[in-house]
Amino acid sequence: MSEASVHGLGIGGLGQVPLSINPLKRKDFTSDQEVRWCPGCGDYAILSAVQALLPELGIARENTVVVSGIGCSARFPYYVNSYGMHSIHGRALTIATGLAVTRPDLAIMVATGDGDALSIGGNHLIHALRRNVNLTVVLFNNRIYGLTKGQFSPTSEIGKVTKSSPAGSLDTPVNAVSLALGSEATFVARSIDSDRAHLTSVLRAAFEHRGSSLVEVYQNCPIFNDGAWDQLTSPDAPDGEGVIKLEAGEPVLTPGGSYGLVQAPDGHLQVKAVDEVGLENVIVHDPGADDPTRAFALSRITDSGVMRRSPIGIFRSVERPSFDDLARQQIATAEGGPADSRDDKQTQLQQLLAGDDPWTVS
Amino acid sequence: MPEQVSRVVVRFAGDSGDGMQLTGGRFGAESARQGNDIVTLPDFPAEIRAPQGSIGGVSSFQVHFADRDIVTPGEDLDVLVAMNPAALKVHLPSLRRGGVLITDSSEYTKRNLNHAGYAVSPLDDGSLEASYQLVRLDLNSVTGDAVAPFGLGRKAVSRARNMFALGLVSWLYSRDMTPTREWLQQKFAAQPEVRDANLAALEGGWNYGENTETFAVRYEVASIFQAPGRYRQISGSQATALGLLAASVASGLQLFLGAYPITPASDLLHELSKRKAFGVQTFQAEDEIAAVGAALGASFGGALGVTTTSGPGLALKQEMINLAVMTELPLVIIDVQRAGPSTGMPTKTEQADLLQAMWGRNGESPVPVIAPSSPADCFSAAFEACRIALTHRTPVIMLSDAYLANGSEPWLVPDAGSLPTIDPGFATEANTEQGTFAPYHRDPLTLDRPWAIPGTPGLEHRIGGLEKSNGLGTISYDGDNHDTMVKLRAEHIARIAVPDATWDDPSGVAKLAVLGWGSTWGAITAAVRRVRELGVPIAQIHVRNLNPLPANLGQLLHRADRVIVPEVNLGQFAMIVRAKYLVDARSWSRMRGLPLGVSELTEYLLSQVEEVQHV
Repeated sequence: MSEASVHGLGIGGLGQVPLSINPLKRKDFTSDQEVRWCPGCGDYAILSAVQALLPELGIARENTVVVSGIGCSARFPYYVNSYGMHSIHGRALTIATGLAVTRPDLAIMVATGDGDALSIGGNHLIHALRRNVNLTVVLFNNRIYGLTKGQFSPTSEIGKVTKSSPAGSLDTPVNAVSLALGSEATFVARSIDSDRAHLTSVLRAAFEHRGSSLVEVYQNCPIFNDGAWDQLTSPDAPDGEGVIKLEAGEPVLTPGGSYGLVQAPDGHLQVKAVDEVGLENVIVHDPGADDPTRAFALSRITDSGVMRRSPIGIFRSVERPSFDDLARQQIATAEGGPADSRDDKQTQLQQLLAGDDPWTVS
Repeated sequence: MPEQVSRVVVRFAGDSGDGMQLTGGRFGAESARQGNDIVTLPDFPAEIRAPQGSIGGVSSFQVHFADRDIVTPGEDLDVLVAMNPAALKVHLPSLRRGGVLITDSSEYTKRNLNHAGYAVSPLDDGSLEASYQLVRLDLNSVTGDAVAPFGLGRKAVSRARNMFALGLVSWLYSRDMTPTREWLQQKFAAQPEVRDANLAALEGGWNYGENTETFAVRYEVASIFQAPGRYRQISGSQATALGLLAASVASGLQLFLGAYPITPASDLLHELSKRKAFGVQTFQAEDEIAAVGAALGASFGGALGVTTTSGPGLALKQEMINLAVMTELPLVIIDVQRAGPSTGMPTKTEQADLLQAMWGRNGESPVPVIAPSSPADCFSAAFEACRIALTHRTPVIMLSDAYLANGSEPWLVPDAGSLPTIDPGFATEANTEQGTFAPYHRDPLTLDRPWAIPGTPGLEHRIGGLEKSNGLGTISYDGDNHDTMVKLRAEHIARIAVPDATWDDPSGVAKLAVLGWGSTWGAITAAVRRVRELGVPIAQIHVRNLNPLPANLGQLLHRADRVIVPEVNLGQFAMIVRAKYLVDARSWSRMRGLPLGVSELTEYLLSQVEEVQHV
């Protein structure tokens, strides 16, 4: 094993996954199961983007695994014709971690939702990200519990009136991107179900990143939270609002281009008219910055109430050895091993069975 | 000439910082090397360093050694080494009348006496001399004399007191101290002064016995007859870790351990994290759920997924274990039981997780359960748990406990080459007439499902926690299908072959049977021997496979007029056998955080035999 592949750096997220012998098509990743999301659900767009992207990645279908927890998004594995597991609520990342550590030859995607990843599974998200396990986590955020029929979720706005909060939710919502950055994540991105090209490009970068990639996808729930993202993408949105696309090396501007992000004297970011501050003072996006402070400041531009303004794109993408590569490296370089053949292992096992202090009775 | 004795029980007791675990461990090792049978019982507080000299901080290590086969750590002490008044207070009631009491008089300060609750020093009121052979030693001073050449400070001298005591007790029982000398040389190789001081303290203790007339007699315990071969001393934790490792070698699968630190199971994580040369991947997870989740994920990928825990952790893992039940994937769960409920007494033993292991999950959720009967037996029980999990694609729970994990005994080292091969039998080809792969298309005899791992072309499939259609494994909410699947899952586990139980009754006329499971084997066996020594007939049955139970168990139980089930819980197994076999099974429970008391159990069994004979 070369130094690079032991460390995993420089080989990308799919560097140890076998390539498909024959070119694959979208239909190769389409299972025979009837898709059972509600009509108009944003999950269709994400499924379609993933099914189209997977063959483009060139990896073998049988080495692709989708793991999910519970929730509407968790049905995802059934619809992708590869290996998959629909597990239990909040725990998909734990299963994916064990799989990633033991199987470097697999491309592993975790499909999760705002309840699954940020509420019941919040702890696992923090720890998977800080460890930097080689996984692609796609977080479907619809700001609502759909499968249990419409209770507020950890990303719902304060005051959200739902079946379980008739007087309005009291919880301050969590910002998935801020949380991921605070959890030492090496790849953090956001996209939206209605922008197929953007979603696909972000997902591609996430799969190709070695380590944990978190992609939050703003996704519409037409039944219980319809239109939650409409004001973001509305053509009628006033200039200075809407989605702010983050492009590496480019100034960070609102859709119309007349407003940009500038750094205030105290360090936080503000949305200012470009005419007033000058384009040269608008910050230039650098997702590869080692220090996550700027990425975090960018994440705070996101509205927490009604969603009118939010940055999308890759907030952070840096290289750090992945947990599973390091874990395998410890084994590869272990003293006295690793024993390759079963005979070698038996000999070593025999020594271990006898321990340090055996005695013989004749 | 030393006097020959058949068996001896020695307990070393002192402050948590006095090195009692180490001292007892070394004495046990010396005795095992001498060819005695030994059983050891460590007992220590959950606090790492409780207030010095306090009752709560007393730590002890008991060694039972004999010239014949023994099965328990013993009860009435022949020798008690009490390093301070608190240790005396806690352990004196266990010392038999006339037994040897060695205690460190330098520790009987006003402060320590207060801590232990003595108004007057028991060394001064004559009470101890009246009942025991009291050996009062100023251990600080005699150890100080022995290690004087090494110029150690007061604290370092105090730390070597345990070696002086070990030397003295080793002399008293004519132990060969060579293994301890070698061990000290190795352990302190990097600190020559500490090494030499400990060696000097050890010799000092021995010489003290040799040169003073403290003891009127010296004893010897002959070797037992042991089958020829290579032996070692082994604890339950070591044996469990080795059993798992052996199963990894025997199956050719990588061992993946997901674990979260928890007393008394952490030693398994420690042991296996040292085995990277075997490809063992240990993962210290963020919590108990992540630990079992990662293990199941590793299993899904074709590794041997294992998680280790204790009762509170098992409770947290149950939902994931249920996912393994539903997905029919291999998973090995080692529960080193401790006293509950809740946090309970983390370092103390109990058997009260049986019903949790059997039925502590939602829905009808059958899981094979195995319980080893002694520390060394943990090796084959862990191996067997892996074999069942891998070949039958099911989670398996092994119920060890704090006593088995920490206790130790001599073990005839098995031949690694003679371990049976475990064939995981991964599916590589389609299994339907249509050339597709149906993940729940079962073997008609065993009802095992095929196990196809990611990376196998053409067998792509999805599994999960939702109910499956029989055969195809696609999602199904059909009522009749669910009824079929619930019954199939139950039948699948029920069909797992387990060895028959044996009815052990040399008299052939016993009417009373005593039934045990797991770690009570030692105490029950010792009590049964005592009953039989009195010429009273009694039958013994011990169960290792708790699910499925041995096929002949019901038949055996019905041979008896009455069945006594001693357990370290409130009668959990008794409840199962009463429900399953409709037998007159009566529970006998003691939950003191220790193995069952042999004398107490013997008396109870005798009274029960008496009753049954008069019915």
